[in-house]
Amino acid sequence: MKDLTVGTLIAVFEEIFGRGLFWAMVGLAAVVTLGYVYVLIRDRKISWHKFLLAQLSMPVGAVLAVWFVLVMTHSELANIGGPVDLIVLLGVAAGGAVGAAILVYTMQSLLWPPAAERS
Amino acid sequence: MTKSIKNPTRRQLFGLAASAGVAAALGAHASASTPVPTKARIVIIGAGAGGTALANRLVRRLEGAEITLLDPRVQHLYQPGLTLVAAGLKPADYVLSQTGDWLPDGVTLIPEKAAAIDPEAKTVATESGQSLAYDFLVVAPGLVLDHDAIEGFSLDMVGQNGIGALYAGPEYAARTWQAASKFTEEGGVGLFTRPETEMKCAGAPLKHTFLIDDIAKRAGNGGKIDVQYAAPQTSLFGVPIVAEKVRMLFGDRGITSHMQHQLQGIDADRRRARFSTPDGSVELDYDYIHVIPPQRAPEVVRQSGLSWADKWTDQGWVECDMASLRHLRYPEIWALGDVAGVPKGKTAASVKWQVPVVEDGLVAAITGTDPTQTYNGYTSCPMITQIGRAMLVEFDYNDNLVPSFPGIIAPLEELWISWLMKEVALKATYNAMLRGRA
Ligand SMILES: Cc1cc2nc3c(=O)[nH]c(=O)nc-3n(C[C@H](O)[C@H](O)[C@H](O)COP(=O)(O)OP(=O)(O)OC[C@H]3O[C@@H](n4cnc5c(N)ncnc54)[C@H](O)[C@@H]3O)c2cc1C
Repeated sequence: MKDLTVGTLIAVFEEIFGRGLFWAMVGLAAVVTLGYVYVLIRDRKISWHKFLLAQLSMPVGAVLAVWFVLVMTHSELANIGGPVDLIVLLGVAAGGAVGAAILVYTMQSLLWPPAAERS
Repeated sequence: MTKSIKNPTRRQLFGLAASAGVAAALGAHASASTPVPTKARIVIIGAGAGGTALANRLVRRLEGAEITLLDPRVQHLYQPGLTLVAAGLKPADYVLSQTGDWLPDGVTLIPEKAAAIDPEAKTVATESGQSLAYDFLVVAPGLVLDHDAIEGFSLDMVGQNGIGALYAGPEYAARTWQAASKFTEEGGVGLFTRPETEMKCAGAPLKHTFLIDDIAKRAGNGGKIDVQYAAPQTSLFGVPIVAEKVRMLFGDRGITSHMQHQLQGIDADRRRARFSTPDGSVELDYDYIHVIPPQRAPEVVRQSGLSWADKWTDQGWVECDMASLRHLRYPEIWALGDVAGVPKGKTAASVKWQVPVVEDGLVAAITGTDPTQTYNGYTSCPMITQIGRAMLVEFDYNDNLVPSFPGIIAPLEELWISWLMKEVALKATYNAMLRGRA
């Protein structure tokens, strides 16, 4: 069991966030993703208007994600010490950006379906 | 160890990014080996990192076994967290949990000390005089800190007059921070020591040195401090290549070192520490001193004749094969964790590597087959070099560096990701290990 398995990974995540919170977050991510897929299928097209707003939320999501990780780990940007650090940091930012975009797009689509948008 | 063996501790961080995919893949991890039916009586002495992890795995591997753990300590200590407590980064209760909460159903915890082991009669006597017969015994009582060996020092001094001792437990680690934080504000000579004996987490004395130095400098008090590191050894770390790196870091940070200096005693009133050196007794002044006492196997181990007769005679570690951890004279006994008389590895990371080996040996003994797993001395140390950065040093019996991510996480580079592992991933992985899941 010294090799990494999905089971180990899940066990570690459950320990980091607590079992309830971890699965709640997984559930939330799944719900948002499903919602996104739902509105895409329902609308059969991407609304570029909503997409623009979603894109605008990306930098905010990126900054929030980085800020959250730094605060939670007592670290600061100056601690970035090598390429792998930068990659991880960019990964966190990208995750925050994409997450925010999907969330914002889906929320808009659910609140203002294409019909509402036109009117 | 070959480089191909991967360590989840290091790897799980990458999983942060992949967490969305995790749920979908959940079905992939069933480790479906049928439990071995047995009536074996297994006694485990110590429900710390090693004993608890092993118990959790054994209940899944065996059916019908009678597994008894002995441990008088109600609270479980997550010891790697003590370093963070003593640097003011975590509260004392960060390291505390209940021993019983980690134990699986189907094992019996006797909240008592093992007072004697009779390896000939195969019994363990508890403090209250109960006698437990065993077919297999796992000795995992950790080690004892011999604070009395430091003349003039006692634990009630910790936290005042510039005295720290973070190994002594969460309460003392918190008090260590009281003394250390005063030093980071007021300055003076900070004297950081380590013992001559084998010790758990040999990187911890260096981590404390680096952290306190960093905290003082961040507060703008770098000009007021003189940080000195005194150790009985001839080099700063047991692995030569790491020792060189630490020597360079000390140079960078302006930390002076006194090698071959073994702390003998302190004069708390005069704030002077006495060391024995090859040139005789030497005294050094301090404003803050960090004491890490000599460390030895618990008395019960030596008294039961389980220790090496010709090695570590002052420390009493259990005589065992360094690959199988099986006792060399009593094949139904295994050593696990800090108490094991092997040349490396008094860390929780080693425990994680050792537990499957002991599990495998025990199950093989029950089924009468040959064991297949061996321990190669793997140990690891997230060597914190400042708040926010660490080096992920991993090595084996041969002092070879065995990085889990060769080419990605350089072991001798100060990295943020290595700090994240200590801050976020280590405790989670440790807990997962306790549950037998890592
Ligand atoms: C300051 C510090 C920092 C550390 N940092 C790290 C790190 O960064 N990474 C890392 O991997 N490791 C680290 N470690 C080391 C790690 O915590 C230990 O190596 C690990 O806990 C050892 O596990 P164990 O089961 O052998 O002993 P322990 O976890 O100490 O458990 C031993 C248990 O046995 C019980 N016991 C004792 N005597 C008896 C008896 N006679 N009868 C019955 N029960 C008994 C005790 O009550 C205890 O519960 C650190 C340790 C310290 C102190």
